Amino acid sequence: MYAYNDFDEAFVRERVAQFRGQVERRMDGSLSEDEFRPLRLMNGLYLQLHAYMLRVAVPYGTINPTQMRQLAHISETFDKGYGHFTTRQNIQFNWPKLRDVPDILEALADVEMHAIQTSGNTIRNVTADHFAGAAADEIEDPRPYAELIRQWSTDHPEFQFLPRKFKIAITGSPNDRAVTKAHDIGLRMVRSADGLPGFEVIVGGGLGRTPMVGKVIRGFLPTGDLLPYIEAIVSVWNLLGRRDNKYKARIKITVHEHGIDEIQRLVEERFAEIRPSYSGVDQDLLAEIKQHFASPVLAERSVDAFEAARRADPSFRSWSDTNLAAHRVDGFAIVTISLKKPGATPGDATAAQMRTMAKIAETFGYGELRISHEQNVILPHVHKADLPAVYEALREADLATANVGLIGDIIACPGMDYCALATARSIPVAQEIAERFEALKLDHEIGPLKIKISGCINACGHHHVGHIGILGLDRAGVENYQITLGGDGTEDMVIGDKTGPGFAYDEITGAIERIVLAYLGERLSPEETFIETYRRVGIAPFKAALYEQGETANAA
Amino acid sequence: MPSTFTPKVVTANDLLEGDVVWLTADDRWSRDMREAELIDDEAHADIRLLEAQSQRSVVVGAYLADARPGATGPEPVHFREMFRTRGPSNYAHGKQTGI
Ligand code: SF4
Repeated sequence: MYAYNDFDEAFVRERVAQFRGQVERRMDGSLSEDEFRPLRLMNGLYLQLHAYMLRVAVPYGTINPTQMRQLAHISETFDKGYGHFTTRQNIQFNWPKLRDVPDILEALADVEMHAIQTSGNTIRNVTADHFAGAAADEIEDPRPYAELIRQWSTDHPEFQFLPRKFKIAITGSPNDRAVTKAHDIGLRMVRSADGLPGFEVIVGGGLGRTPMVGKVIRGFLPTGDLLPYIEAIVSVWNLLGRRDNKYKARIKITVHEHGIDEIQRLVEERFAEIRPSYSGVDQDLLAEIKQHFASPVLAERSVDAFEAARRADPSFRSWSDTNLAAHRVDGFAIVTISLKKPGATPGDATAAQMRTMAKIAETFGYGELRISHEQNVILPHVHKADLPAVYEALREADLATANVGLIGDIIACPGMDYCALATARSIPVAQEIAERFEALKLDHEIGPLKIKISGCINACGHHHVGHIGILGLDRAGVENYQITLGGDGTEDMVIGDKTGPGFAYDEITGAIERIVLAYLGERLSPEETFIETYRRVGIAPFKAALYEQGETANAA
Repeated sequence: MPSTFTPKVVTANDLLEGDVVWLTADDRWSRDMREAELIDDEAHADIRLLEAQSQRSVVVGAYLADARPGATGPEPVHFREMFRTRGPSNYAHGKQTGI
């Protein structure tokens, strides 16, 4: 994977030293909170409901075992022995003390990690397909491009004071696992008519208060034009973007107000100006970065042990049915480690679990680990013959939950258990739903289903694109949960439809159960998934199940 | 119009620890809401808030939160303020561990 060069190393160390001084000046009162706040945010430090929170970037979701162990160490030394993986491929520590934060940043820098620029009106941490470099359907590994964008945008003088934050997602596969249509810029790798790799460039997507599906601004961009084209987009938006109103500042609003055709015209014009100034240095850099992402040598072996274990052990079979994805190399699999044990907090891992995952990655996974935006951890390259041993090791660490892609694999933001912006809780809602369906033993019967929960309109839990989305609101001083149905976060992104009035905290699990039972009643066959049934029958039967339950019961 | 004023407490987060604190009548910051000064006069509330906000090397983000008198001291009105007296619901962390 990518290793810091001397410049990065010096830059990160200098930032830590600066921040140490700033924290000292804050503690002795010579910096006010108004002065300190932007400084701490630039270093990933937030003040939440009960404590400070430190958000650490895991660029494009890639992390190695040494780094994972260091996160475990930090969580034990400075926090409460666990970390929370987020939908932005970050890890958050929920309980750091202000005076310890410089030491935490130092410990991160020791393993080439940092918390820089995960906040503020800058280009944020680039997210990538968590199966990057391993997926069977991949054209090219997107991470070298993500890294190129990171290096180019970090401290880029023109882009430190943008109208708002700016988020980029990238996938190397035509099948989008990085929710590219919900980002300011989405890059989806495709092939041209003559087979060359390039990007479909999507602009103006976003969730939050005004959810928008991103629009294609360039159907095919040769990979060599990537940086000048992104620069053209950001620079057009930097001029047009509304700085007068923070709710109208995101590029999705700019695209909406000016129209995609006009934005496209301006971007292409700007691109034509900028393109000649790119002398090819970026391509040399890209070639160098690519070497750091070279695939490990994946040795061929027999898969007999895997097949035998599947026959012998039903729990292993069940896990391997749900938690594996197709690898580009025969005999290998991509393993998703579920951080969604029913009743647990989605995305949380204890220090011991982090160490176990690091060890497994080292022993069986060529030292590679990924964090997914669905708040799970990925072992991208595991030979199938090693899967029984991997499964055993995961089981011992309470990490062998077999539910990836099923109803219990819920995305939930921290909500009002931690987040200062929240209007309601989301974690206990996720816990209760997962436990309810665990008790009903229905999760495999229900099949693929994505529930996504946000604790406020900012939509960090991606509720708009959940097959079932749940948004926690404050209605007259009471937690209230609004449901959306039919959302889809893939390359065919759809914003879910609101069902109607929301449900109270103690009603929401029952409401979700009625929706799921309605689906089981409506589907044509067990093969028809929830989202397929929804697209076929529409919202009516689900509304009936949600709001006409009393009448139905009387009629029956 | 003191009759329409909802009683308030001054609350903030501790600068160093980040945890929730309330201003007491004798000018301490307590980690227990029941020790907070319950203020039922609007003008006095504004003054207490200004005093709190001036303590910039002690607390962060002071504000007035609705409260009501309870058997053992002021109690929260809104659920957000209730969570702030307790801690998160997914782990026994935060204030609830000391209760
Ligand atoms: S969606 Fe709202 S409550 Fe949830 S993490 Fe984001 S800002 Fe916080």
